[in-house]
Amino acid sequence: MSRVLKPLRWPACACLAAVLALAVPAGLASSVEHRLDNGMHVIVKPDRRAPVAVAMVWYRVGSMDEVNGVTGVSHALEHMMFKGTQAVPAGEYSRVIAAAGGRDNAFASKDYTAYFAMLHKSQLELVLRLEADRMTNLTLSADDFAKEIRVVMEERRWRTDDRPRSLAYEQLMATALTAHPYRNPVIGWMNDLENMRVEDAREFYRRWYVPNNAVLVVVGDVETKDVLALAQKHFGKIASRPLPQRKPQEEPAQRGERRAIVKAPAELPQVMMTFRVPGLRDPGADREPYALEMLASVLSGSDAARLNRNLVRTERIASSAAAGYDGVARGPAFFYLMGTSTPGKSAAELERALRREMARIIEEGVAEEELSRVKAQAIAAHVFQRDSMFFQARQIGVLEIAGISHQTLDLQLQRLREVTPEQVREVARKYFNDDVLTIVHLDPQPLSGKPRAAPPEGLRHAQ
Amino acid sequence: MKERRENFEFESFLWRFAALRRRFSFFISVYLRLSAVAVLLAVALPAQAILPIQHWQTASGARVYFVENRDLPMLDLSVEFPAGSAYDRPEKSGTAGMTNALLRRGADGMGEDEIARRLADVGAQLGGSFDTDRAGLSLRTLTSRKERSEALDLFGRILRKPEFPAEALEREKVRLVGALKEADIRPNTIATRTFYRMVYRDHPYALRSSGEVETVQKLARDDLLDFYRRHYTARDAAVAMIGDVTRAEAEAIAEEVTRGLPQAAAAAPQLAPVAPLPEGTTRLIEHPATQAHIMVGAPGMRRGDPDYYPLFVGNYVLGGGGFVSRINEEVRQKRGLAYSAYSYFSPLTREGPFLLGMQTRRDQAEEALKVVRATLSEFIASGPTAEELAAAKQHIIGGFPLRIDSNRKIHGQLAMIGFYRLSVTYLEEFVKNVERVSVADVKDAFQRRVRTDRLVTVVVGADTARP
Repeated sequence: MSRVLKPLRWPACACLAAVLALAVPAGLASSVEHRLDNGMHVIVKPDRRAPVAVAMVWYRVGSMDEVNGVTGVSHALEHMMFKGTQAVPAGEYSRVIAAAGGRDNAFASKDYTAYFAMLHKSQLELVLRLEADRMTNLTLSADDFAKEIRVVMEERRWRTDDRPRSLAYEQLMATALTAHPYRNPVIGWMNDLENMRVEDAREFYRRWYVPNNAVLVVVGDVETKDVLALAQKHFGKIASRPLPQRKPQEEPAQRGERRAIVKAPAELPQVMMTFRVPGLRDPGADREPYALEMLASVLSGSDAARLNRNLVRTERIASSAAAGYDGVARGPAFFYLMGTSTPGKSAAELERALRREMARIIEEGVAEEELSRVKAQAIAAHVFQRDSMFFQARQIGVLEIAGISHQTLDLQLQRLREVTPEQVREVARKYFNDDVLTIVHLDPQPLSGKPRAAPPEGLRHAQ
Repeated sequence: MKERRENFEFESFLWRFAALRRRFSFFISVYLRLSAVAVLLAVALPAQAILPIQHWQTASGARVYFVENRDLPMLDLSVEFPAGSAYDRPEKSGTAGMTNALLRRGADGMGEDEIARRLADVGAQLGGSFDTDRAGLSLRTLTSRKERSEALDLFGRILRKPEFPAEALEREKVRLVGALKEADIRPNTIATRTFYRMVYRDHPYALRSSGEVETVQKLARDDLLDFYRRHYTARDAAVAMIGDVTRAEAEAIAEEVTRGLPQAAAAAPQLAPVAPLPEGTTRLIEHPATQAHIMVGAPGMRRGDPDYYPLFVGNYVLGGGGFVSRINEEVRQKRGLAYSAYSYFSPLTREGPFLLGMQTRRDQAEEALKVVRATLSEFIASGPTAEELAAAKQHIIGGFPLRIDSNRKIHGQLAMIGFYRLSVTYLEEFVKNVERVSVADVKDAFQRRVRTDRLVTVVVGADTARP
């Protein structure tokens, strides 16, 4: 209910590793999936560890489906989804869920918009009824929109405008891409938010919020057949509608390194680098995505990984450094390297150090021992993640939205365990290539570098 | 005390602390710590405990809290001590945090790289736990034989035989000082530090948990060794454990990890009482950020406070209930002034803070502050309506299962109950105690405990000039 913006970049990356099912621990049934006549996809995964259920409705629409001038509308619509229908007035959704002892929220990303509630299993039908209602009956009043878009602008200030690192990341993506809409921030550009009208949200809602563009995921102490019957009862009556044609908007090939500098009030320089790489498309046939995932983990999967050991502890150039790969996505995939300098070290020094680590992998490869370590962590992490119903539901949703069946999880783990040191070296050699690289340096500015009007000495005391 | 930890967020990357995480830390971490556990309203309390907590003491005197759960082949374990930042001295502020951070940087003849490597080899996750009151170590491991035994062996050695290598200390000091300088120009940090200093003045709760640039720079290895010996003692340790082990195995594990911890001095460490604020004070600080950060509050309540339940349930109505609270309704839903606006009590050994907070565009700060003060005053004067109170109880009690639906959450409850020496039936009693709260109780408790003429107000980065 916080109408949260969540660019799920990292989870998706930790994910490939994470996701990998070794064996299903005893007591956990496997999932069941079903498609309603109107095209809505329903996935149910029983987990009887607590008398709880989490229900998520995922729409395959996110900021990548927006057009210029209305960036941020998918996220703004997510906020508006809590502003009521004819049957359920504004604010009532959260009141009803809260009164049922539940917690609700939502998240918007480049690829999807998802709504969820967690509550006692006996209240599951309540959630499904409310979700079905707002899938088709949303009020979207001009008054509510005018207030809520101000909240979204506050969110943008809080999330991005006052955070140097967020500004640098926004710049990184806007520089790395010229045509593909991943170049726009999920929350939208401020000027687009200022000029957004309720009609923009209505239009977006009408086009994309249809059952044939949605996935219902339920994880919890539930009977599969009961959930399918409830899904049929509440969502089954909603008519499907043809979806607009999705334009691929493919990014043209990059022809040379791209660089940008972001100046913002900060103390320490930061470096963000990203390479265009292939994403996971066919979990059985693909090989490179698994090697890229292993490469990211060798670089920064744990305290024992290379960037922590070499750049943070030994050379002391970085106060923190990480690598990541987001292979599970509807759009183009990227490999990231990022770091923050230690005091006294420049962004250029940190960039050189990150490049040295990349070069070492290209030249020397990785040790079998390093790879085994990373695989052991992936296997353990997989078990640990079963502790959270929420995580399991989100994992299913993220994969399905990207067009990858969650039922390939075992296969993905198997493929990951097959990765060899030579394959890791090979993807490094192939993709750590300056011609497909984009780099942003955060250039720290003093706070006083941004002059303002005379300082306020006081506020009116309101009592 | 969540806010004070944000200094360390600096270390993670932006996508790792995106919004969802923040909201969740609010709902699950802070919110959970404030509350505790309830039972379904509709369901009568079962005869046996809703969470069968087993409790005993080790030979060394440590208190153990254990729940056996065989669903998943994993174990969560923590050992915590009264060794949080409240036990720092002002001139050595940061000692407690650095002591905790350095435990894993070398122990029992193993260097930090070896420790990191061996933990990773068995897929174990080692965490430090650290806040104002508590400090310790936590571990999550698979329970397959090889993994469990290696992980527990490492955990015990790190806890019992840390070496605090001088070289690692020097490096971590540089990193921390950099992080502090970075944090200190952020409006949220400035507001939080100022708020705590004004609310707690000369009480150790005023100290920043990570320490200050000047004090961290002076920390020496002996400071850490001394702190460790005095505070990481077996007698004061609370062990929390849940997972796929038997009671007998749990007993052996608890003995093993606490055996050979430092012996306690005669007196257990005590925290001074928190003095109430003598008057209301307001501080306005200039900042160029696009949003003003507003914090209003005072010393709140303790763990085990006689007013815990009316304050906790009442705060749900006031500003703790996410989208259904009065503050959120007035600030966000009606006026669109902020993305996040909330209030919370953070109960500690002594009175932890009561805090109302929000961020808003800098030219709206005055309006937002007016609204939040009026909302608070009205709530204190009239209390919740009967309907609001009923809805709050329904949520807290009906939502009970969500508070113990995973090993991680149950572990958090065990650690809290253990550290604060609450009853093992605390969770059952919680429900009855929530149920018992009346409108008059809430009104009475708020009127006695939250004095609107004695609040600290901090505003960083507002445009408005003095009238």
